[in-house]
Amino acid sequence: MTGPRDQFKPADHPNDHFLLTTVVGSYPKPKWHDRARELFEDEDADFGEDEWEESKDDASRLITHEHERAGLDVICDGEMRRNEMVEYFAHRIDGYEFNGRVKVWGHNYFDKPSVADEVEYGEQWLVEEFEFTDEVAERPVKVPITGPYTLANWSFNEVYDSEEQLAYELADLVNEEIEALVEAGARYIQIDEPALATTPDDHAIVGECLERIVDEIPDDVRLGLHVCYGDYSRIYPEILDYPVHEYDLELANGDYDQLDVFKEHEFTKDFAMGVLDAHTAEVESVEEIKENIKKGLEVVPPERLTVSPDCGVKLLPREVARGKMENMVQAAREIEEELDAGELEVVASGAEAHADD
Amino acid sequence: MTQVIATTPGLFPLPDWAKDELADLKGHQKTDLISGDESGEVVAAYDQAREEVISIQQDAGLDRVVEGQFRWDDMLAHPLAVHDNVETKGIVRYYDNNNFYREPVVQGDLGADGGDVAADLGAAADHVDDGLQAVLPGPYSLADLATDEHYGDDAEFLDAIAEFLVEEVNAFPDVETLFLLEPSLVENAPEDGEDERAADAIDAVASAADAEVVAHTYWGAIEEKAYAHLMDADVDAIGFDLVANHDQTVYNVQEYGTKDDVALGVVDGQNTLVESPETIRDRIDWFEQQTNTAYDTVYATANTETFYLPVNKFEDKLEALANAADLEAAEA
Repeated sequence: MTGPRDQFKPADHPNDHFLLTTVVGSYPKPKWHDRARELFEDEDADFGEDEWEESKDDASRLITHEHERAGLDVICDGEMRRNEMVEYFAHRIDGYEFNGRVKVWGHNYFDKPSVADEVEYGEQWLVEEFEFTDEVAERPVKVPITGPYTLANWSFNEVYDSEEQLAYELADLVNEEIEALVEAGARYIQIDEPALATTPDDHAIVGECLERIVDEIPDDVRLGLHVCYGDYSRIYPEILDYPVHEYDLELANGDYDQLDVFKEHEFTKDFAMGVLDAHTAEVESVEEIKENIKKGLEVVPPERLTVSPDCGVKLLPREVARGKMENMVQAAREIEEELDAGELEVVASGAEAHADD
Repeated sequence: MTQVIATTPGLFPLPDWAKDELADLKGHQKTDLISGDESGEVVAAYDQAREEVISIQQDAGLDRVVEGQFRWDDMLAHPLAVHDNVETKGIVRYYDNNNFYREPVVQGDLGADGGDVAADLGAAADHVDDGLQAVLPGPYSLADLATDEHYGDDAEFLDAIAEFLVEEVNAFPDVETLFLLEPSLVENAPEDGEDERAADAIDAVASAADAEVVAHTYWGAIEEKAYAHLMDADVDAIGFDLVANHDQTVYNVQEYGTKDDVALGVVDGQNTLVESPETIRDRIDWFEQQTNTAYDTVYATANTETFYLPVNKFEDKLEALANAADLEAAEA
């Protein structure tokens, strides 16, 4: 299963080859949008629900178009309506409560929620976000959604006998949300499971979660899994059995020191490879990104390579994030031209893969 | 009749005002973390937070009071992180948690510098008339969390860490109890030979203390052979994490015995579900029945550090522990 990919190729795509360019999700919020949130949360300010909704719409439209102007093939709205990847969902799921911030490291904190009652589907999570973005976008929209394993692992569990059981309950809710998204027209869903990188022994639990998530989701919906900042040798090749089309993995941060992991066993699905470091504030040059893309072609052939940043880029200055997207797209288009012209010979088939200029 | 003493292993969550104030004063990056030469404003914020949490423990009715270890940005690695001959490097994962600390790299002799922990205890002693409890990383765990670039030999490094901790203990004010936290005995179990050295190192630190000493283990049960060696260390009690693994712990105690006193991690330091005093008491009774022993003293404690918790639940758990100890007294 390599997935329904052609539907995302723009009609006016300039090259025969197509390297799908996209993002992982989060993008720096405009300063005025941060200010709007502060005002909305300030009880003394004359700034209500309507003003806050307008700010979210404006930010979502702006960043959606910023992604399109960068030339990305599949875009999202940079998660302008979301605050944090667990908190956002926990606020919408019945059964969760918030008690206060806990330390992650140093003076960095996280409002870690507690599951204090059985989890149930409450208000919609992402359907309105998708419908708005899809409405204002010319290009296809991808929907990133935090996976059930991470939602469980990064919460306090006061109710269920095990974290595994909580994860499965949450997986059923994620399934319900994805069904609603598909009903609304979404065709590209990315499930984010960063917690898998920290507890690789639980890869079978994540697999069972995904089986529940994909239940009755139509075949033409492209499903990706994003994992980052971990030791991939502990989850690969096992994760290839997951019922998804694509794996989106962070590799630029470690300067591709884990690339060999994916060459030792044939990569049988689509490979969405991080070609930009999400945590350096320098814009990588087009040449540098092209070299990174070629590393991806050592793992999979061009028709199965997706080009994306390592991770969400929300911590970068906005102009840096924009510069990175633009250079990434240009690098991908130049590689496509070189492939079209036969200047770049790529033979990626498992262990024999190599790229040759 | 068993005396139940309500206490904690320390390393508390900062009060919410202090989270904000210290983040503003110090910053969010790894270079902004504690170095041992803080500015007056930072020192004042920590002093205020320490006083506050001492009152909270006293008001809750805990039998032992800790200073809170608020300055321990690097958790159990703290005593090395502020040492002159130790360089703090990148951020690394703290055991299996979604928490991180700066990797301390030992680059010179550990003998010369110390007294950081003792100074904070001294500040706490001004507000605690009785029941002051010191907290230190056990030598095995501290060595496990650090990287040695100076001694070049595991045994020598462990000895040096133990000597460093002995110097720290020698500088302590009068304390009632010392908790030596040894999660690495569970999380990174010592190999053959190493287990005996770990016990010797704990013994060395414990022997320096003019206090009741508890070697507290958590995140599971200690491996059988390491436990047998730990029993040779001259500590007053060994601490067990009954939340994470009670069966293996009971087996160890049935098989090898334990000290006359025991510390029982009966409250979950990593979950917001607050145990009732009755539940805590039931867990203590269960352990006594399973091991068929009436202990002189049971230290009823959270299994782990409590900085994982939001402040409201942390405070509720302190009260539950204190009330559990009172329950026992009421029945006596």
